[in-house]
Amino acid sequence: MTIHHQFDALVIGAGGAGLMAALHCSKTVKNTAVLSKLYPTRSHTGTAQGGVAAPLGNMEEDNWEWYMYDTVKGGDYLVDQDAAEVLAKESIEAVIELEHMGLPFDRTPDGKIEQRRFGGHTRNFGEAPVMRSCKAADRTGHMILQTLYQQCIKQNVKFFDEYQVIDLIIEDNVCKGAVAVQILTGEIHVFHSKATLLAVGGFGRVWSVTSNAHSLTGDTVATVLRHHLPLEDMEFFQFHPTGIYKMGVLLSEALRGEGAVFINDRGERFMERYAPNMKDLASRDVCSRCIYLEVREGRGINGKDYVFIDATPETINKYKSGPGGKTVTAEHLEHALPDVFEMARIYLGVEPLKEGIPIQPTAHYAMGGIPTDLDGRVLADANGALVQGLFAAGECACVSVHGANRLGTNSLVDLIVFGRRGGRAMAEYVKHADYSVLPKNPEAYTLAELDRIRHGRGTDKAGLIRLEMQKVMMDHVGVFREGPTIQQALDKVRELQARYQHIAIDDRGSTFNTDLLEAWELGCLLDLAEVTALSALNRTESRGAHWREDFPRRDDAGWLKHTFVTRQANGALAITYKPVVVTKFEPKERKY
Amino acid sequence: MKVHVKIQRFNPEVDKAPYWSEHDVEAEPTDRVLDVLNQVKWFQDGTLAYRRSCAHGICGSDALRINGRNRLACKVLIKDAGSKITIQPLMGLPIVKDLVVDMDGFFAKYRAIKPYLINDEPTPERERLQNQKDRARFDDTTKCILCAACTTSCPSFWAANGEYIGPAAIVQAHRFTFDSRDRGGQERLDILADEMGVWRCRTSFNCVEACPRGIDIVKAIAEVKKAITSGKIE
Repeated sequence: MTIHHQFDALVIGAGGAGLMAALHCSKTVKNTAVLSKLYPTRSHTGTAQGGVAAPLGNMEEDNWEWYMYDTVKGGDYLVDQDAAEVLAKESIEAVIELEHMGLPFDRTPDGKIEQRRFGGHTRNFGEAPVMRSCKAADRTGHMILQTLYQQCIKQNVKFFDEYQVIDLIIEDNVCKGAVAVQILTGEIHVFHSKATLLAVGGFGRVWSVTSNAHSLTGDTVATVLRHHLPLEDMEFFQFHPTGIYKMGVLLSEALRGEGAVFINDRGERFMERYAPNMKDLASRDVCSRCIYLEVREGRGINGKDYVFIDATPETINKYKSGPGGKTVTAEHLEHALPDVFEMARIYLGVEPLKEGIPIQPTAHYAMGGIPTDLDGRVLADANGALVQGLFAAGECACVSVHGANRLGTNSLVDLIVFGRRGGRAMAEYVKHADYSVLPKNPEAYTLAELDRIRHGRGTDKAGLIRLEMQKVMMDHVGVFREGPTIQQALDKVRELQARYQHIAIDDRGSTFNTDLLEAWELGCLLDLAEVTALSALNRTESRGAHWREDFPRRDDAGWLKHTFVTRQANGALAITYKPVVVTKFEPKERKY
Repeated sequence: MKVHVKIQRFNPEVDKAPYWSEHDVEAEPTDRVLDVLNQVKWFQDGTLAYRRSCAHGICGSDALRINGRNRLACKVLIKDAGSKITIQPLMGLPIVKDLVVDMDGFFAKYRAIKPYLINDEPTPERERLQNQKDRARFDDTTKCILCAACTTSCPSFWAANGEYIGPAAIVQAHRFTFDSRDRGGQERLDILADEMGVWRCRTSFNCVEACPRGIDIVKAIAEVKKAITSGKIE
């Protein structure tokens, strides 16, 4: 039996963006509900470590124009600059708002929010690193997630925990709500809404080595694609340079903010060669490529496919790479990076104050996603037409504020700035909107799809197909890419999509059937892998995180534009383009 | 290495009582216990139910009873758990299926202690100032990830049939009560002075042993008790 609900505003996803949107929307829209397939405090925002940028100038001079420039340059000029301006300016009030909500930021001796350096953040348009990242030790994301959830409790926001959204109800370019499975019971719930905001996070589980949670499978992003709406810039996926070797678990860039440096097998601080100015604090795409190059030239540790990130006081002081060139102590580092050090100790058995930590690049963040305008309104096409009643914010969305490569800290800034704007815009929309009439059986697709998987009679296991997809995407649609091998990956993903139609699962029950839901999620991952590979194959230039060995140059004449991919009625993917918004900063060569 | 796992199972749709399933899995010594559960689920028995998300000790989804102790499955490595591993759901919460317990009661207790900053004074244009000493005062209890490992290891919680508010909720109350920006301390202390509140704690230290975040929970509880007794939050 299907259970029906009606809410003026519906938020899907309870990470930073979803909770920020829910908070701001529910200030005026009392009838706001949040759906999450996890308990909200389990969301992946909680794992963000290093900090949230805002040019507060608490430590040294700083301003929003410098920050905007860094964001645009970090994104290799594919950033829409109107969005970057909003991000840079509104980061200040959003961070202050978090403090007012009770977020326990670290403090300076005079009691202000303490800030630290982060990759790609500079003073005076690239001159030198600047202390811009507001932080709570190395658990800033945890504090943001907890604080926003606490405020939602205070404000009596209605939560549906462990409800997994399988479909959006979209007809004639209007979003009318969502269909979800209550994981506990297996029951189907239809949520009829005036406005729906998607904040479901990323899909790093497309790749085999990833920092992303098991739950980051891009569910609703794939649903948007299935409804023939576009996805933007999907070729741009960030590989973070410091993933724990083989495991992919992230070690924060805060390490390098505190002075840690990359070291190769010869004991050389190799970033000095590649980025003479910013060195180890160059942007993430640059550092990840340099690690691959070192490994390729035989300078990985013991000839293997990893290098060290060295955070020992001895090394930091030898290179004077600490903040402001000052001497650092073991006590300070332990205090600034407690969780990062604990992870190195637990998962690698390494003592980070005494030896280098083995790391390799790890699939981390989707710059692309569901295209939106500056208020989170979802675009229906590359010309800027809107889908009525549908909003998106956070990693699943593409504003586009990260362009071809996101700067460290900017994911958290994106969540709070555009989560807030999306929530407010949704509240404004709800004021003037009525409930649209629902289709006759809004749950029909969900029932049919889940039944198909539940009663599949094939032989293939979802787990095996997932492994094959992750391997081919890691090998061929990773840090370095080349036409023929991307094509191989695309062919393989399509073969896996065909096999996916004939999988069998073990659990045919109703209660907490994660066998069924994981298998359904695999379908979403395959669709997003397909779009990613196709977008990567199509873009014949190198920009930001998208590096083509067969086209190693950025080509502004041909490619200063966003990719839009849409699934057509016949199932084929079509590509269109949207120009990049350039306001203050003309594209120029990018050097760190 | 070869690992033999024994998992407590229960599917309310077919089983009358819990039973054990046993599995042999190939694993590296540096694999997590969660990796072993994934191997079982993905390649041996898809019906196995458990919660997991971040897989590196932050989200708090996979608190389980591993070899008789409450641990996060993603934070225990095989080399430490050994080649024979027993895995059970957390004790003291109703079992939903296999290793999944009903967390609603746990979160209801969390909500009951008003886990949010209470301060109705007008906010300044910029951040409120807070000195480093005041910030450090409640740092330990900000680390809590609400995994429930502490509360479900507590003999007083078991003895009170789950009625006792439990260490996790007290830790959360501590986090706000001792924040110099907060004005709701007395409200929370009144709640915790209840019959099922902080006095149920008999200092067994199970919670400290179970906490995957290394929070000194007994110290936090003692500070809350002292504040109730003395009438002073300091």
